[in-house]
Amino acid sequence: MTKILIIYAHPNPQKSRLNKQLAFAARTLDFVTVHDLYQHYPDFDIDVAHEQALLDKADVVVFQHPIYWYSCPSLMKEWLDLVLHNGYAYGKGGDQLTGKRWLSAISTGADQSAYKSDGSHGHELDQFLLPFKQTAHYCAMTFLPPFISHQARQLNDAGIQQQAQQYKTLLNNLYVQL
Amino acid sequence: MYQAFIFLLAAVVSVPIAKRLGLGSVLGYLLAGTIIGPYALGLVGHNVEGIMHFAEFGVVMMLFLVGLELRPALLWQMRLPILGLGGLQVVLTTVLFSAIGLLLGFAWQTSLAVGLILALSSTAIVLQSMNEKGLMNTEAGQNAFAVLLFQDIAVIPMLALLPLLAMTPSSDVASSIGLSGWQHGLVVLCAISAIIIGGRLLLRPLFRIIASTKLREIFTATALLLVIGIALLMDLVGLSAALGTFIAGVVLADNEYRHELEAEIEPFKGLLLGLFFISVGASINFDLLMQEPLVILGLVLALILVKFTVLIALAKLFKLQTSQQWTFTFALAQGGEFCFVLFSFTSQHHILPEHVTAPLVVVVALSMAFTPLLMIINERWVQPMFVSQQDNDQLPDTIDDGVTQVIIAGFGRFGQIVDRSLTLNGFSTTVLEHNAAQIEYLRKFGHKVFYGDASRQELLHAAGADTAKLLVVAIDDHEKALEIVRICKVHYPHLKLFARASGRIQAHEFHKAGVDVFVRETFHSALNLSEQVMTSLGLHAYDAHRAIRNFRKLDERHVRDIIKLEGDTKDYVSMSQKNRKELEEVLKSDINDIEELEDMQWGEK
Repeated sequence: MTKILIIYAHPNPQKSRLNKQLAFAARTLDFVTVHDLYQHYPDFDIDVAHEQALLDKADVVVFQHPIYWYSCPSLMKEWLDLVLHNGYAYGKGGDQLTGKRWLSAISTGADQSAYKSDGSHGHELDQFLLPFKQTAHYCAMTFLPPFISHQARQLNDAGIQQQAQQYKTLLNNLYVQL
Repeated sequence: MYQAFIFLLAAVVSVPIAKRLGLGSVLGYLLAGTIIGPYALGLVGHNVEGIMHFAEFGVVMMLFLVGLELRPALLWQMRLPILGLGGLQVVLTTVLFSAIGLLLGFAWQTSLAVGLILALSSTAIVLQSMNEKGLMNTEAGQNAFAVLLFQDIAVIPMLALLPLLAMTPSSDVASSIGLSGWQHGLVVLCAISAIIIGGRLLLRPLFRIIASTKLREIFTATALLLVIGIALLMDLVGLSAALGTFIAGVVLADNEYRHELEAEIEPFKGLLLGLFFISVGASINFDLLMQEPLVILGLVLALILVKFTVLIALAKLFKLQTSQQWTFTFALAQGGEFCFVLFSFTSQHHILPEHVTAPLVVVVALSMAFTPLLMIINERWVQPMFVSQQDNDQLPDTIDDGVTQVIIAGFGRFGQIVDRSLTLNGFSTTVLEHNAAQIEYLRKFGHKVFYGDASRQELLHAAGADTAKLLVVAIDDHEKALEIVRICKVHYPHLKLFARASGRIQAHEFHKAGVDVFVRETFHSALNLSEQVMTSLGLHAYDAHRAIRNFRKLDERHVRDIIKLEGDTKDYVSMSQKNRKELEEVLKSDINDIEELEDMQWGEK
């Protein structure tokens, strides 16, 4: 009864504080499937057919990952490269993702002020998400406003719990809207 | 004894010199023959012809070996060049020579007989020279072989046809065997069927029994017995022995003992062929040459030119690559060893008069002697003209056509996995395995496995060590594996060597022996299992993966360090003690190094 599929990409999940709690919270919802990419494919050998079968059952696809070098962790990039191929996600006959919704649930190490034109990263975080936004559009998916957690490593336990609760609420709302 | 000494001495002295001068071994043998022959030093008596007949067996063995290389499917693929190119070559050359004979005022029977005989080329010289120059797998080599094969087949009807051309009627050949035509045909058919059926059904179990005795000389004896037996059978039914053994070779080409057979027959073939070339050289009648040098040399020139014209025309007709056309033509423009047989046959049956055959024998022998020279001319002055063109033509041709790239020694559990994964990905492998029972079992599953002890250089040679790119040593017996490595280092330095080591100590020894890549047999599978244990104990799969990756890296680095250390101290005595200490160090250093290898989180200050 999967309605929401979370593609979870974190290369160091045991050391993650926030993402671990987000994933934990999401798992408590029975309409959500959390799919841990690094757990399934430690050798990066992605089973494309299996991934597509998961996507077929989902109406909302959440990509939950930390931001590394203004992008996603490498295994998720590999996932995008292999799974969203011509004839499946785009191109002739490639309408399998049409109408599904894309939610980027991302965490950053720096605080929000770093993602300003005068901050250390020089641009708004939104601008860095352009590749994901356009990927969603190219696959005829709806790109939802991203769920962002800044300064993930600095949050205290209460902050993390609050973030997890918000995440859960968002997922619930998405489910109700379906 | 004395004769053998002279022949061997002549070969040992002249062949290396000829090779050093870039003339090839065939010319070396021929020159050696003329020098020790009755017309120069006279070190050998006048029974050269007897020796030549004996040595012709080398040609028979060569065709057996050629057959072994040629699977039936491959032969079927060659049917067009064999029948078309070969057939036209024989017919056109015969017609041209006959016409010349008629113009010179000979009777049509004489002209036709001479034409037929001179249409033949020398299988022995052409194949040996082309092999030596590595031309057999080229277009020219394959087509030349097709023509030679047709000629070898054509000898049979010629032997039947020639007596009909006799000037003075003599005893009929067919009746001399005591059979009518159709009976003879039936006997021939039976003999060939016997070879094919026997080769398919009987030889495999026979070889298995022989191989399981583990007595090498018995295997050698069996191989020789097989070739000689078939030659005798062919003689009995009036077929060419070369053709019979060729068929036997083709029948056995799929056999797992093929490489072992090759290795056993090869030295005999080499020696006999050398002897044959020497006797050709020694049999050149210089008296006749001296009496009428202009006539003889003119005839040699005419022979070469006529054949040349026909060959180049056919090469163009069959659309060979331009450069290959010339190699093909230069290689085949000579008379062959069958000419000697047929000329003596025709004299005996009064088909041709002695005063015609005697000079022609000299002409044929000289044309054979000139072949290596013609091939050198082609190589040095003709081929360079096509170099740039050839580069363009041959670019898409670089993929080895069925030539073995990888030799795998040992087809146990380890070698099997290596072989399966390589062949499935389109790499051609040749597998050598010493256990006959194992081979039988694996053959049932369709594996290409050959019987033999890979630590023998001849077998490595037969398996294609000269042309292969790398060798995988996957046999259990460590001493034998080291022996293979040492042989390859000496004889096949171009081969990249990959070895399976059972443990660290063996890995050291392989490294010292010069192996390029070694893998400890249990190392990777143990780590794989360990990774799965960690995951099932609750470690995140990617953490487990990285932990194992780090362990592997550290351990491999450590083995390399020890090898370096080993070279300095040369202390083998306390190997096991040292090993244990090293292991402790590995474990200690792991803890530090793994921390160091752990990656940093991105994006934090």
